[in-house]
Amino acid sequence: MDSGPILRAVDLCKDFGGIRAVDRVSFELQKGETLGIIGPNGSGKSTLINLITGFVKPSGGRIFYQGRDITGIAPHKAVMLGMARSFQMPRPFYNMPAYKNLVIPLFSPRTRRLKGGRYGDRDEVAIHLLEDMGFERDSNVPYQPAGVLPHGYVKRLELARCLALEPDLVILDELFSGMSMSEVAGVLPLIERIADEGKTLIMVEHRLRELFRVVDRVIVLNFGRKIAEGAPDVVMANPEVKESYLGSEVEFSA
Amino acid sequence: MNEAGYRRERLDRGIKVRTDDIFALSSYREILYLTLPRLAAIAALLVFPLLKGVTGIYWQNVVLTACTIALLALSWDLLHSVGLVSLGQAIFFGAGAYATGFFSQHFGWPPLVTIPLATAVGAIFCTVLLYPVLRLRGIYFALITFAMPLLLTRVIEATKILGGNVGMSGLPPLSDTPLDLYLIITVMLICVFGFRRLFDTDYGLVLKAIRENDRSVMAAGFDLQWYRTQAVFIAAIPGAFAGAFLTHYYQFAGLPAFSIEYSILPLASAIVGGPGSFSGVALGAFMLVPLSEALRSFGNLRVVIYSIVVVVFIVILPEGVFNYLQRKYYQIERLVPMEEGGNGQRANIAGS
Repeated sequence: MDSGPILRAVDLCKDFGGIRAVDRVSFELQKGETLGIIGPNGSGKSTLINLITGFVKPSGGRIFYQGRDITGIAPHKAVMLGMARSFQMPRPFYNMPAYKNLVIPLFSPRTRRLKGGRYGDRDEVAIHLLEDMGFERDSNVPYQPAGVLPHGYVKRLELARCLALEPDLVILDELFSGMSMSEVAGVLPLIERIADEGKTLIMVEHRLRELFRVVDRVIVLNFGRKIAEGAPDVVMANPEVKESYLGSEVEFSA
Repeated sequence: MNEAGYRRERLDRGIKVRTDDIFALSSYREILYLTLPRLAAIAALLVFPLLKGVTGIYWQNVVLTACTIALLALSWDLLHSVGLVSLGQAIFFGAGAYATGFFSQHFGWPPLVTIPLATAVGAIFCTVLLYPVLRLRGIYFALITFAMPLLLTRVIEATKILGGNVGMSGLPPLSDTPLDLYLIITVMLICVFGFRRLFDTDYGLVLKAIRENDRSVMAAGFDLQWYRTQAVFIAAIPGAFAGAFLTHYYQFAGLPAFSIEYSILPLASAIVGGPGSFSGVALGAFMLVPLSEALRSFGNLRVVIYSIVVVVFIVILPEGVFNYLQRKYYQIERLVPMEEGGNGQRANIAGS
């Protein structure tokens, strides 16, 4: 099990009524690796994530997770296998206190099946986890309804929601979008820690500078096709990548 | 405009804050604050059947009807909490009614057997019936549930099964009035407080979360279809019980069991009473059903006045009567002067 790649996609395709959102994308991901997926708007990054996590059924191609064919798997089964994803537009359960938002993943079949997952006070575990994510335990922030939290906290909550599932593969869809520089600076160490803990990580991101601090390797998508893959500085030197980003702002320093 | 320059501030009462925590048990006053509203409601319901001599049999029947509507409204509220809006509570009612009718007529079993059995069978039947449409949301699910009772009516008419147009009459009755009234009041109270407790558990939290954001719940590893199915089954139980109970009460099961009033009255009760807390919808049923009866002396104007009252309630208290009362019970409101600048300035300009 440990020998093969944790995730392998072969010729993944997705058509949305004649528009090919993802076009024959193949890649491999080793256990413990961190992968960035970048590309201009509408290049199919989020669709690729949705294909992997089962939220969208592929029109063609196959996905293997730990050597097992999971093409077209239901999202909840993907979670059972150890994948956790965040959403680009986080919509927390607005009317619930922040920590109660985490009780839901903590109650999930995935977590309950893990060792000790059935025991303990889930509220307490949730508050612990939130404290890890920078929600000050002694303040009233973890107890506030999620609807009144500032955007940075909502994103942290989204990250905590993923980690509550004790995943092997964490997929973060534009976690940094809409965050201020200081908010990003606060979250970045959390992500570096996830990578250090040996979890496999996929990040879809527009904020390249921050992304390149974390990831080993990037895939560049444009119009659904994979146009480049490799170490961040190598990829950004690629003329085709430069061209696809032309007109959009590139902040890059290696 | 004496409110210009002021904003309304809501604060939890001190006693409410204290009773939220372990201090709830620190004095009789706090225990009473916490339990008095529900104890008063329970006591009133339990004493009422004993007052047959004072109220007369007619009002006893009204309360009995209110209980059945409350059960259907509770069922509606549970579905609503999971994000499924039902316009066809009559399916549950009808399923329970026909199931108990079938068991009584064909096997001659007594009501004490047929009512629980019909509750279970009716609930399973409805769950199976609704299973294929559970992936629909919002208005689509609502329309299907609206059509279901109509469909079942036509099926029974056309195939002439289960008595067809005529229905099944001469079913065995329940015991005498105080006892059957106690039965339905008890079941209703169990449902109200049972559902409230259920939604306080982590399982209930997941059900509530489905309504807020089903994709997040999916991403947390829950099989939505399975959880919605469970919710429909739980919601079908009080509905089917109400149908089975009233069938034996009237000793008749027939097409009226699928009539639209069993869909609309629970819905109106839920909206007037305030959805979301279960107590609210029950309160709504206990307001609307007696109101409807009290208006009988107006003859043809009854429906008009009834509708106006319902509309007025919805316009004045869109949050629901129960939620309004609860807020008043828990919180104090006061006007505080607004800070200079920002909103305050704008309000001043608007005021002058």
